[in-house]
Amino acid sequence: MEKWQDNRAWLLILPVFVIVAFSAVVPLITVVNYSVQDIFGPGQRLFVGTEWFREVLGDPRLHAALWRQFGFSALVLVLEIPLGVLIALAMPKKGWGVSLSLVLLALPLLIPWNVIGTIWIIFTRPDIGLMGAALNAMGLAFDHTARPLDAWITLMLMEVWHWTPLVALLAYAGLRAIPEPYYQAAKIDGASAWAVFRYIQLPKMRGVLTIAVLLRFMDSFLIYAEPFVLTGGGPGDSTTFLSIYLVKIAVGQFDLGPAAAFSLIYFLIVLLFSWLFYQALQNVGTGANR
Amino acid sequence: MNLEWMAWTLPTGIFFMVIVLMLIGMTVWQLQSPSIARRGLLPIATTRGDRLFISLLGSAYIHLAWIGFTHLSLWFATAISLVWLIALMRWG
Repeated sequence: MEKWQDNRAWLLILPVFVIVAFSAVVPLITVVNYSVQDIFGPGQRLFVGTEWFREVLGDPRLHAALWRQFGFSALVLVLEIPLGVLIALAMPKKGWGVSLSLVLLALPLLIPWNVIGTIWIIFTRPDIGLMGAALNAMGLAFDHTARPLDAWITLMLMEVWHWTPLVALLAYAGLRAIPEPYYQAAKIDGASAWAVFRYIQLPKMRGVLTIAVLLRFMDSFLIYAEPFVLTGGGPGDSTTFLSIYLVKIAVGQFDLGPAAAFSLIYFLIVLLFSWLFYQALQNVGTGANR
Repeated sequence: MNLEWMAWTLPTGIFFMVIVLMLIGMTVWQLQSPSIARRGLLPIATTRGDRLFISLLGSAYIHLAWIGFTHLSLWFATAISLVWLIALMRWG
């Protein structure tokens, strides 16, 4: 009978199940249905089996977009996670500075994503933008609309500016949750700052860093609004990521079948990598894989 | 209820029925004899549900690889996936 008390919790999370069913499961099922058919219009469709998957898997533009996407997500993780942890370590631990730094850090997270793109377009414009014009005045030809490298630099700056605060806030929350006696014990042992970080702070941040890595990987892998507004996938195809290419197929060309097949492959990649990251971060340093 | 917009087909219908039956089966199995995480061939400790998830994800990739690299019937990929699923559930 003791069990029954706990089981009532299921009833309380029922609304979430219903919402997820309608917002995620039913659309996903529909995408699976679309991926094996040629959709001409409402009620007009033809079963084509795995043809779209074959077409999409052999598409060189998709391969290019996929590698570009992996490069982007890898850069995001390599830059944002250490930077976020460093910021969290440097943040004040008490006093008015805490509120101030929290508010400042949260600001980029509050701006709508398409506005972020617009802000950076203006900021980096070679004629009037603060950064673009300043760089050009110094004799550095900088133009994110014409040069792929500049487009990537702008995109990475924007991404790091936008999302590192999330990592920093999560890491900060993790750091704040470490009880003071750990630090006192480290002090008694004469531990160096690095040893405190390596053996106390980093292991204690495992949970929040897992969430940070997962969120940043998934979000960066699915990124759409910011690069779409900033570069529109250009110059050429140099910043055409998977989601931008997907939208081109689905909305631009209205090829719903191939777009659905593409979406499923996309979904499977995100699922696999999220799972791998989750397992790696849960097991690292715990001795579970020895 | 008009479900035309979901564009159901018989193969996808069967596919989802199998998934749902699997989940129901696993739930009943779990209630009858709760699974305990253990180490098998995989480098991590897994429960029965973990192994089903890994085998289903693996099966999806086996099918994709089959479509991407060969022009043979997809049934071969399904057969390989079935062997993979059984092997993983038993020894994974």
